[in-house]
Amino acid sequence: MSAAEDRATTAAGPTVPSWPAFVLGMMTSDKGTAMSKDDKIGAAKHVTPHLDQLEGGPWPSFVTGLKRLRDSKGKQYAPMMNDLLGQLEHSYTNRLGYWKGGTVSVFGYGGGIIPRFSEVADKFPASKEFHTLRVQPPAGYHYSTEVLRKLCDIWEEHGSGLIAFHGQSGDIMFQGCTTENTQKAFDALNEIGFDLGGAGPALRTSTSCVGHARCEMSCYDEVKAHRSVLNKFVDEIHRPALPYKFKFKFSGCGNDCVNAIHRADFAVIGTWRDDMKVDQEEVKAYVGAVGRKYAIDHVIAMCPTRALSLNDDNTLEVDNKACVRCMHCLNVMPKALRPGDDKGASILVGGKRALKVGDLMGTMMVPFMRLQTEEDYEALVELAGKMLEFFGENALEHERIGETIDRIGLPAFLEAVGIEPDPNMVRHPRTSCYVRTDDFTEEAEKYFERKKFERAAKKPPVAKAAE
Amino acid sequence: MSQAKAAETKVTPRRPKETGVPDPFPYMHPLLKKNYGKWAWHDRPRPGVLHHVAESGDEVWTVRAGTQRQMDVYTIRKLCDIGDRFAEGHVRFTTRSNIEFMVSSFDKVPALIQNLQAEGFPVGGTGNSVSMISHTQGWLHCDIPGTDASGVVKSLMDMLHTEFVKEEMPNRVRITTSCCQVNCGGQGDIAINVQYTKPPRINHDLVANVCERPAVVARCPVAAIRPAMVNGKPSLEVDEKKCVCCGACYPPCPPMQINGPDSTKLAIWVGGKHSNARSRPTFHKLVVANLPNNPPRWPEVEEVVRKILYAYKKNAKDWERMGEWIERIGWPRFFELTELAFTKHHLDTWVGARHTMNMSAHVHF
Ligand code: HEM
Ligand code: HEM
Ligand code: SF4
Ligand code: SF4
Ligand code: SF4
Ligand code: SF4
Repeated sequence: MSAAEDRATTAAGPTVPSWPAFVLGMMTSDKGTAMSKDDKIGAAKHVTPHLDQLEGGPWPSFVTGLKRLRDSKGKQYAPMMNDLLGQLEHSYTNRLGYWKGGTVSVFGYGGGIIPRFSEVADKFPASKEFHTLRVQPPAGYHYSTEVLRKLCDIWEEHGSGLIAFHGQSGDIMFQGCTTENTQKAFDALNEIGFDLGGAGPALRTSTSCVGHARCEMSCYDEVKAHRSVLNKFVDEIHRPALPYKFKFKFSGCGNDCVNAIHRADFAVIGTWRDDMKVDQEEVKAYVGAVGRKYAIDHVIAMCPTRALSLNDDNTLEVDNKACVRCMHCLNVMPKALRPGDDKGASILVGGKRALKVGDLMGTMMVPFMRLQTEEDYEALVELAGKMLEFFGENALEHERIGETIDRIGLPAFLEAVGIEPDPNMVRHPRTSCYVRTDDFTEEAEKYFERKKFERAAKKPPVAKAAE
Repeated sequence: MSQAKAAETKVTPRRPKETGVPDPFPYMHPLLKKNYGKWAWHDRPRPGVLHHVAESGDEVWTVRAGTQRQMDVYTIRKLCDIGDRFAEGHVRFTTRSNIEFMVSSFDKVPALIQNLQAEGFPVGGTGNSVSMISHTQGWLHCDIPGTDASGVVKSLMDMLHTEFVKEEMPNRVRITTSCCQVNCGGQGDIAINVQYTKPPRINHDLVANVCERPAVVARCPVAAIRPAMVNGKPSLEVDEKKCVCCGACYPPCPPMQINGPDSTKLAIWVGGKHSNARSRPTFHKLVVANLPNNPPRWPEVEEVVRKILYAYKKNAKDWERMGEWIERIGWPRFFELTELAFTKHHLDTWVGARHTMNMSAHVHF
């Protein structure tokens, strides 16, 4: 048994809420909880005047759903959902939350369960334990109705009957499980091919856009990239041992439908290196339909790099060297324009939400990684591994990789992960004169060497496959 | 669990199968599988419907519908029933919790739409619409929330429903919420986020028992927390002059109570985007703070969102996202059009603040 498994087994030990029941109760005036008798659920049904107001209106109501679960005759979760509604109404009344964390896990794993213990369990005992199982969805969020039904059946038997598709983490959130049932629910889900996602200081669940499955903008196989990377590091997902969380996200093009650039430490965003494909007949058809003025104002003039020009005969001229693959013109004219053939992805590193230094956008680390052959995908996995390793060894506790890079400076980071500086990494070179440049000449030599080598190595992929 | 019960249920524990990310191909619509990576173009015959054409000539129609995200099994099964009866048994979810049904013939689309609508699932969220608000956990399940998430979203989507089912916005509108100030929410054209207005109140009796003090001290972005002895017991103290009321100390130390029924407020931010289309991705910017956290329907928030959204709808050019529209018209005009106030709190004071200032003689009149 590996050391990691050892740790995990210990973590999966007895369940102890880490905070004693406390704080909020002392600070708020308790407005009490009203009950109404209803023998359907065998106990008094909580009245929920606030929540009831969220049942009207045209949008589907989660409250109606919660009530449906509460009113399910004979279901094990009905009493739990009655008290859950009671507690939620209590929150709506007092404008405070009443959950606290703790430690709950399943055998063999150190993470993946979000424990929730009620601070007002005396009033709402049936939902005193209401844990969430974070479960990794199939890449691209595809489901058959058959497998969805199986997921429902499992959750109906062991959980609350409440599932979120999906949480902000990208997981299927099976919300509302007792400590005792957590293992059973996991075992049943695991038997049909589902596995827990990440929580705590660990590699987290990833998401990928629909991409190759149904989108002509897609520049690489998102499913392959997503599964190759994540499934290589399952240990890092299941046994939290990193300084803090680390997230990968996969978008097939610059439209970034899964918000990788800001929500991922390691964003894989599709792009292409050769010229975009233009169907001039379709361009003409588009211009004919919307008119020259509209086409110029809304396509040509909106190109961020002035890469487009509309010819007098309504065909399009593209300056592919100026184009930054922003996707605007392709989005507006999806029939006329398509990405080129030499496809791959850009890797951006360091995106994150506010804690602790403020929101960070990922920044360009690898402008182009070809993603066409098996070896290309292996190289992606290798880079991912290198990045994770660097993070594990160098980040301070509770520091995200973007913050680490800011702390040590990009040059030191690049040196550590073996990436060479590239002008695509910056909006512009430094403006500050506070830098020591005594080895500038040697560094410049290296740059010219690299360029020579890159030019030599930049063969079209077809040639490589033919070898 | 009692000792006796634990002993009774003691069996050899089942070892997990560490299968990681499930393979989506067994669940994927056959046409999507067949034409994987070989799509040629798409269009949208009507709001809520996408029509994709593959290089092979195969066509697939996708009908997109809104859900409540937090779904009971009955709702999910109802969606499955619709998927089996009117679609072809395969669905997918979008990042924003919309469900998509794929069908191989346009003939199946009308009945599918009709049945989704009849069951209360709005069809839309495509193209230049206001899609579903991406949201967090809130009072329903988080341990640190300042407000509810599902309730705010339900209230707003009731109002935005009319824009979900149409494609009449200048560009797509992506709204996000976050029920604490620092954690889950993303960047949005409009972001509705909790904004605390008071430093944490410390329950000193509990700090010594439950908090790892160095961890709490380390969490504060402005180093406002110090270890202190209070009533002879080790505790913490907060320099309230320094504290920026972010709530970062609250998750590692629940006695640092940041939430209060009157001090937890909501703020609205605009102009964030993740997409690279045209302008670079941007962070959203603060426009209003101090809106009351007013369950169950947050009418004050709804009012401001409405103002901003319709000012954008009316004034932006086609394809301008919220932030790009403001970039063009300038912030003075934005505050004018939305009838919102510009205050000292809009002046950034955080690291890099200088870069958010107008370093030019360019002025909007
Ligand atoms: C004779 C030597 C020292 C004594 C008697 C001493 C005593 C203490 C005491 C009584 C506390 C409060 C602990 C508590 O209430 O839990 C404390 C905290 C602390 N000490 Fe020392 N200390 C000594 C040396 C040092 C040194 C050498 C360092 C650093 C190089 C240091 C850094 C700190 C820090 C950072 C804290 C705050 C820890 C926290 O966040 O709770 N101390 N020390
Ligand atoms: C004989 C040596 C020292 C003694 C007796 C001592 C004692 C203490 C005590 C009693 C505290 C306050 C703890 C509390 O408020 O609970 C403290 C805090 C602290 N000490 Fe020391 N200390 C010593 C040396 C040092 C040294 C050498 C350093 C750093 C190089 C250091 C760094 C700190 C820091 C950073 C704090 C926390 C200050 C704050 O954030 O308020 N101490 N120390
Ligand atoms: S990110 Fe690009 S490739 Fe992926 S679904 Fe969106 S538009 Fe398509
Ligand atoms: S993809 Fe963007 S940058 Fe490239 S030509 Fe089109 S609009 Fe211009
Ligand atoms: S945004 Fe904050 S309060 Fe809301 S679910 Fe996330 S961590 Fe919890
Ligand atoms: S609320 Fe934020 S700024 Fe204030 S003490 Fe806590 S961590 Fe520091």
